[in-house]
Amino acid sequence: MKILVMVKRVTDPNVIIRVNAENTSVDLNNVKMAINPFCEIAMEEAVRLKEAGIATEIIAMSIGPAQAQDQLRTALAMGADRGLLVESEESLEPLTVAKLTAKVVEEEQIGLVLLGKQSIDTDNSQTGQMLSAILGWSQGTFASKVDIVDNTLNLTREVDSGLQSLTLTLPSVVTCDLRLNEPRFASLPNIMKAKRKPLVIKPAADYGVDLTSKIKTLKVESPNTRQSGEIVGSVAALLDKLKTEKGVI
Amino acid sequence: MSILVLAEHDNTGLKEATLTTITAASQIGGDIDVLIAGDQCAGAAEAAAKISGVSRVRVADNACYKGLLAENTAALVVSLSSEYSHIMAPATTNGKNILPRVAASLDVSAFSDIIGVVSADTFKRTIYAGNAIATVQSEDTIKVITVRGTAFSLAEQNGSASIGAVTEAHDLGLSTFAGESVAKSDRVELTSAGIVISGGRGMQNSENFSMLEKVASKLGAAVGASRAAVDAGFVPNDMQVGQTGKIVAPDLYIAVGISGAIQHLAGMKDSKVIVAINKDPDAPIFQVADYGLVDDLFDAVPQLEQAL
Ligand SMILES: Cc1cc2nc3c(=O)[nH]c(=O)nc-3n(C[C@H](O)[C@H](O)[C@H](O)COP(=O)(O)OP(=O)(O)OC[C@H]3O[C@@H](n4cnc5c(N)ncnc54)[C@H](O)[C@@H]3O)c2cc1C
Ligand SMILES: Nc1ncnc2c1ncn2[C@@H]1O[C@H](COP(=O)(O)O)[C@@H](O)[C@H]1O
Repeated sequence: MKILVMVKRVTDPNVIIRVNAENTSVDLNNVKMAINPFCEIAMEEAVRLKEAGIATEIIAMSIGPAQAQDQLRTALAMGADRGLLVESEESLEPLTVAKLTAKVVEEEQIGLVLLGKQSIDTDNSQTGQMLSAILGWSQGTFASKVDIVDNTLNLTREVDSGLQSLTLTLPSVVTCDLRLNEPRFASLPNIMKAKRKPLVIKPAADYGVDLTSKIKTLKVESPNTRQSGEIVGSVAALLDKLKTEKGVI
Repeated sequence: MSILVLAEHDNTGLKEATLTTITAASQIGGDIDVLIAGDQCAGAAEAAAKISGVSRVRVADNACYKGLLAENTAALVVSLSSEYSHIMAPATTNGKNILPRVAASLDVSAFSDIIGVVSADTFKRTIYAGNAIATVQSEDTIKVITVRGTAFSLAEQNGSASIGAVTEAHDLGLSTFAGESVAKSDRVELTSAGIVISGGRGMQNSENFSMLEKVASKLGAAVGASRAAVDAGFVPNDMQVGQTGKIVAPDLYIAVGISGAIQHLAGMKDSKVIVAINKDPDAPIFQVADYGLVDDLFDAVPQLEQAL
């Protein structure tokens, strides 16, 4: 079975992002970029499936600017066999990303697509679900356990009430949650090896998908910032404030 | 304009998230229908009929909707969609699982976790872990939207809508519900509690969380956690507060042994009053706290419990 892993280039999760002066977007000048943490988890899961003899080949795919090659090289160093960058300078909305990915899935005869559960920049949590709809496949979101036996996928999902277990038919689309695994660090020899692995770049316009956005961003603002309050000296003082000043207990 | 709201429920009753989504729907305007999909869900349908502002409750009661499987439930919603200008659901794990699938099936975009309605086609939502708020406009004919519960008030419950059955079952056979392990708790739900007390890595282990449970019992509070506490196995995943967990905005949020990472703040910084108990005076959580107590939590929490 061939696995496709979706790897997105996003801002580093440790950087605090600020809105630009024009209120049109966020300021990404000189901001450190990284692989979306949830995509790292997806990548790790794919490698484990290959180590278990279930996956035959892992293709890592990103849709984004030329610089997203950096994140694909990281995925190759983690264990992907090939990389595909679908190049687009504009950032594309989830529906468009899903449509482009569906084309690749068909071209490459993919049996399982692994994605992150959420991009930490746009916080959409949509792409996997949309891809699954377009393909007409089964869908396993927010996965914390993936177990493939014969031709079925036993999946555990993190849901609001606890954990849910599903049995899914293959092929399938799975989005990965935090507790699925602990991604490995790429070793130096593997980073060196990754430099020689194939990485194909194709313009997004070549796929015959309408790339125009149906979503207009009218404005981007900063949220209300909280002022830090006061340090209290004791539990008694704290309770007094909560009772008399705020009336919350 | 007509709006379909996919309800969050437990078959016998509604979750509060449904009531906040209906408030968001009423800000858009137009008729509001509520869809109850589930297995043996008549109780939830009756509860939905009582929500003010609802015209019609549509009930799809069939074993194929048990566990709200995304494939079947999305197919159901799509089959009803031609009557509606907006399809909405709470931004719960069900809403986030199902609605993007509905949107792509209809070849339209989706808006996740909105915090404000500007007009029928324009909404506000947070991006970058709550560090920016985007105002976004949709050019699609059908708007598909999930709603953040903490950003809207609860709809009133003195209505009397009609209830009608949707009998056609959409069983796609792509997935089956194989079970669930539901966290057992008689405490108020995390996302609707007036007071939340959360523990982080500083709690050290699972047993120590009982200190927070005791305080919560006295305050009628819910107990939450940071990602680090969940990852370490101190508490189950459904207690995680944050960018990628649950979003809460209670009247009082007490963070115990939590450093205050961006991703945690994204889930609680809209709380009315924030209290932080942490032994490190430089912990970033103090920058958002109304009241900070620099102390060892193993001294402070038992004292707090005693004093209540
Ligand atoms: C993709 C991604 C998603 C994430 N999503 C979330 C999320 O949804 N929610 C979330 O919470 N985090 C999330 N995180 C993790 C986040 O970045 C932090 O790692 C996490 O919040 C830290 O948890 P903590 O504050 O409990 O632990 P730490 O940062 O280790 O802090 C522990 C604190 O406890 C204090 N302490 C220790 N002992 C005591 C004591 N005896 N008395 C008093 N204080 C004590 C310490 O001073 C310290 O400040 C995410 C991270 C990533 C990369
Ligand atoms: N431009 C992109 N390139 C590669 N993967 C993407 C892209 N956009 C979304 N994804 C995948 O979809 C997941 C969920 O993203 P989102 O729906 O944007 O929250 C991410 O974790 C990625 O795995």
